[in-house]
Amino acid sequence: MSHRIDRRTLIAGAGAAATLPLIGGEAAAQSPLGVGFIYVGPIGDFGWSYMHNQGRLAVEKEFGAKVKTSFVENVAEGPDAERVIRQLAQGGNKLIFTTSFGFMQQTAKVAKAFPNVNFEHATGYMRDKNLATYNARFYEGRAVIGTIAGLMSKSGKAGYVASFPIPEVVMGINAFTLAARKINPKFETKVIWASTWYDPAKEADAAKALIDQGCDIITQHTDSPAPLQAAEQRGVYAFGQASDMKSFAPKAHLTAIVDNWSGYYVERVKLALEGKWTSGDVWGGIKEGFVNISAYNDAVTPEARAAADKVKTDIASGALHPFTGPIKDNKGAERLKAGEKATDEALNKMDWYVEGAQA
Amino acid sequence: MTSAIMISIIMTILVAATPILLAALGELVVEKSGVLNLGVEGMMLCGAVAGFAATAATGSLWIGFLAAMIAGVIASMIFAALALSLTSNQVATGLALTIFGVGVSSLIGKPFVGRTVGRLGALFPSALSDHPILRVVFGYDVIVYGAIALVALVGWFLKSTRPGLILRAVGEADSSAHMIGYPVLAIRYAATAFGGALAGIAGAYFSLALTPMWADRLTAGRGWIALALVVFASWKPGRLLIGAWLFGAVMTFELQAKAMGVTWLAPEFLAMLPYLATVVVLTLISMRRAGEGSAPACLGKPFAAA
Repeated sequence: MSHRIDRRTLIAGAGAAATLPLIGGEAAAQSPLGVGFIYVGPIGDFGWSYMHNQGRLAVEKEFGAKVKTSFVENVAEGPDAERVIRQLAQGGNKLIFTTSFGFMQQTAKVAKAFPNVNFEHATGYMRDKNLATYNARFYEGRAVIGTIAGLMSKSGKAGYVASFPIPEVVMGINAFTLAARKINPKFETKVIWASTWYDPAKEADAAKALIDQGCDIITQHTDSPAPLQAAEQRGVYAFGQASDMKSFAPKAHLTAIVDNWSGYYVERVKLALEGKWTSGDVWGGIKEGFVNISAYNDAVTPEARAAADKVKTDIASGALHPFTGPIKDNKGAERLKAGEKATDEALNKMDWYVEGAQA
Repeated sequence: MTSAIMISIIMTILVAATPILLAALGELVVEKSGVLNLGVEGMMLCGAVAGFAATAATGSLWIGFLAAMIAGVIASMIFAALALSLTSNQVATGLALTIFGVGVSSLIGKPFVGRTVGRLGALFPSALSDHPILRVVFGYDVIVYGAIALVALVGWFLKSTRPGLILRAVGEADSSAHMIGYPVLAIRYAATAFGGALAGIAGAYFSLALTPMWADRLTAGRGWIALALVVFASWKPGRLLIGAWLFGAVMTFELQAKAMGVTWLAPEFLAMLPYLATVVVLTLISMRRAGEGSAPACLGKPFAAA
């Protein structure tokens, strides 16, 4: 997931950078192992950066005094990020996680300069001996909630508050729509591009516009709980994003796709502590525990629960790939033949919409 | 397009415009007095978090809005002490106020992440506010009506009252006003506090009415739009109202067009529309006669009594 640079993040980034000398001042000690994190947003976003920080806290809990973690939040993507990553490396951290797509070039550059420090970059594709990459298969979670949408929507129309038309978001829209159409072949997904990752008021207005157009179930690929609040107010259903957002919409919130980096971070730090860390590339999904589905709301019917659970277990066991042909795009062209499964490469380049998706 | 959707769109526009309108109206008075406070976004965030915190603690939205107003005033007084009394550079100080507001609101808001409070409801009884047609007139909360009334009030104050005239005189010719015996700094402090109060309420409108929650940087840059709107309206309250609604309309159109299934327009193009509208209107404004609608003569200039 890439987060855009704008004036706000730049200003916040400047603020975050001002606090850097505090981190840089820590000398490299023999032990504990220094583990650094940089986040693109505030850890109070209750979404992307919040969940990465939950992973950091899990590392602290697991290893206690054996590790010393530090983090910098609100780091703007771009040149400023390089300075922050460099500072973390100079500050004695031996393992550094950079958690946004836009930190990729900077991470690769700093990794070259610090061959004795190991780096891990989330959602990128540049790797090195000391630079690993990791990402989550969020589309698997989208297939689960799409199944619930197919069974719970009376109008057969879902609203999708989306951020930017990048492959990851397109993948999510398609997986959601495909799963819903397996239940209800006439199911439609209306997409609104909010052109932002985070703007609660605009996200809420987008959700309202979708509800006005007859959508009775709302899902989102933006970071705030605002669309859920709009759904709650208007009496329709919705799904949480990145974290369990039930507290914001107790009636509307059917379930949420929960990003879970904790297991991965704990495992990687363990390897580093044992001196067994090696570079690699991980794209984990439901099976690996990267993508979780939060507890269902009471409103979710037994039928929908059973269907969603089956999709979840089938994806985990490998019996089901959300992108299995025949799949037509929304212009009528066949994209995958019957039985054909989309490759990871094709997924990462996805720029077309499945039948039923209005985007 | 059915009438129900039309009504819904109109309502979305008016509601989306309200916080921008409030913040811009406050800044208009500040600038009329000759002070340029670019810290609107920061003051809004202070108001948003103070309003949320006070409401979470007391359960009262009114106490929340009051706290937001006070927080906005406090933030603006920090600016005033630096920029007016110590004559620091107003542009730099205003920007610093925004950075301060982002940071301090995030710090105060930490314990409130993930919590919600009650939402500010409609002013009129549900027979009117939920009526399928009449709700277009009666379906709003008190802040929406209050903001519109305040535009008229500020317009009248600036144009037709003696204190309004003095405030404008301070903004146009501070030395002359000082020589006649008007307390320039005191007037500018008062105007700055008024701007802070309205920015605070505008911020709380996010955390208590639009999206009843606290999250970092909740106002998402609306303070900057409010600042632009003051120039856009050429320092006239009536134009401010029209400008705020126009901006609300363009922002809403972008979303509604997509919801209605306009897929041939690229999302990037729709996202650009508010900026395009700004360019068009600014061009039209610049084509007017010279002298009309220009900035207060002393805007942004420090004043030290001789």
